Amino acid sequence: MDLHKLRYTETHEWVDLNGKTARVGITDHAQKEISDVVFIELPKAGRALKAKESAMVVESVKAAFDIYAPVAGKVTRVNEDLRSKPELVNQSPYEKGWLFELEVDDPAQAQGLLTLEQYDGVKDKVGH
Amino acid sequence: MQETASLKRTPLYDRHVALGGKIVDFAGWALPVYYKSIIEEHLWVRESCGIFDVSHLGEIRVQGPGAERFLQLRLTQDLRKVSDGRMIYSLLCDEKGRTLDDILVYRESAESYYLVVNASNIARDYEALRRYCPDEVTLTDQSDSTACVAVQGPRSEEAVRRVLGIELKDLPYYAYTAAKIGGDTAWISRSGYTGEDGFEFFVKPQTALTVWDKFVTAGEREGIKPCGLGARNTLRLEAGNPLYGHEMDETTTPLEAGLGFAVSFDKGAFVGRDILSLQKEEGPRRKIVGFRLADRSVARDGYPVFAGERKVGKVTSGSFAPSVGASIGMASIESSLAVVGKALEIEIHGRRVAAEIVKRPFVPLRHKRS
Repeated sequence: MDLHKLRYTETHEWVDLNGKTARVGITDHAQKEISDVVFIELPKAGRALKAKESAMVVESVKAAFDIYAPVAGKVTRVNEDLRSKPELVNQSPYEKGWLFELEVDDPAQAQGLLTLEQYDGVKDKVGH
Repeated sequence: MQETASLKRTPLYDRHVALGGKIVDFAGWALPVYYKSIIEEHLWVRESCGIFDVSHLGEIRVQGPGAERFLQLRLTQDLRKVSDGRMIYSLLCDEKGRTLDDILVYRESAESYYLVVNASNIARDYEALRRYCPDEVTLTDQSDSTACVAVQGPRSEEAVRRVLGIELKDLPYYAYTAAKIGGDTAWISRSGYTGEDGFEFFVKPQTALTVWDKFVTAGEREGIKPCGLGARNTLRLEAGNPLYGHEMDETTTPLEAGLGFAVSFDKGAFVGRDILSLQKEEGPRRKIVGFRLADRSVARDGYPVFAGERKVGKVTSGSFAPSVGASIGMASIESSLAVVGKALEIEIHGRRVAAEIVKRPFVPLRHKRS
């Protein structure tokens, strides 16, 4: 995964935009903060999400973390592998540990998110 | 991210940072919740030997000719059950029988006891003791001058022998001894919170550095790993051990928390006795139970527990349990429902998840029995 191709949020989600489809996951920084993921409450396919709306929950041994929709859109797919292997989020946050896909309302909104350089500049300063 | 700059630091703080520990707030103390992974550290302790910085614990010395009589009156446990060089678990209650703290009582002699108390309760415990303390008994809060390193896991005895050259094979469970480390006298008890064999070293701050560094230097080649307090919590939960502020607090009595074994009604008067004996006769209205969830979601402290449509209690502690391979916890529920095998539901993020009451501990305890 070319991390420069992705866009990022201040709440540590990444977005991989292909046409109108946005794949969403959490960053390596976020998975380290969350640590030891043991359960994932995935969103339901078909659910319409507003930007910055809580989409799902990642449970680690330490705490529960809300994951937010980086942009507005409708959930089209979720990563079913996470139901039996939630630890993929720790092991492979950008590849096998992706979370869900959105059909985005406005692809330009996704392009307006943080670049890798911008995210690296803020990631230690913002909370999850 | 948490602000940790204003927190109190143990003598080992710089070591935790250097080891990459994830520092969080534990009762006002900056301590590592994990170095790398709670699950890894947890499993390591079950298999081998983990070291923990528990210097945040409080230590209060009780000395003088009336020490035993005073503590018999002030604590719930009957101290006649404990001999010199041994320790016992007790509760400290207020006049209404509510739990102010759970305490490990170390007996040196009838005139000298050492109380190990929870970090968050040190000042309140000291005050609760002081109010009943007769003139001939001296209370000394030694918390700031005492550090504590816990060594836990089946390879602990061997690790202590090889790393510190101290032989503890003849030390029974819940007994303690003195040993020289550097120029300091360390108090070492065979005890811990994890359900495994292990030891707790009460030492001066400088000696804590010596002990810690020797263990860390010996490291994994000797089966030793530093572990954070996250693993300490999941280990104690699997062992079925209560944690102050969760299974009991100043609104619950020891009987409601299932800690009646540490309340002695046949020793005579003690603070809280009247209300507790009334409650014993009537039976407590709520009880602590262990539960296991049907899926791997996590039922955390405060989540509501249901029997059918009726709310019957709340979760007091919950986690994914690495050695069980399932999500478990403890809950305070109506005592009529506290039966092993009973089906309940717990509300987790607005969703009902099936739970079953199971026996505690969740794993076999492996304390040394002699």
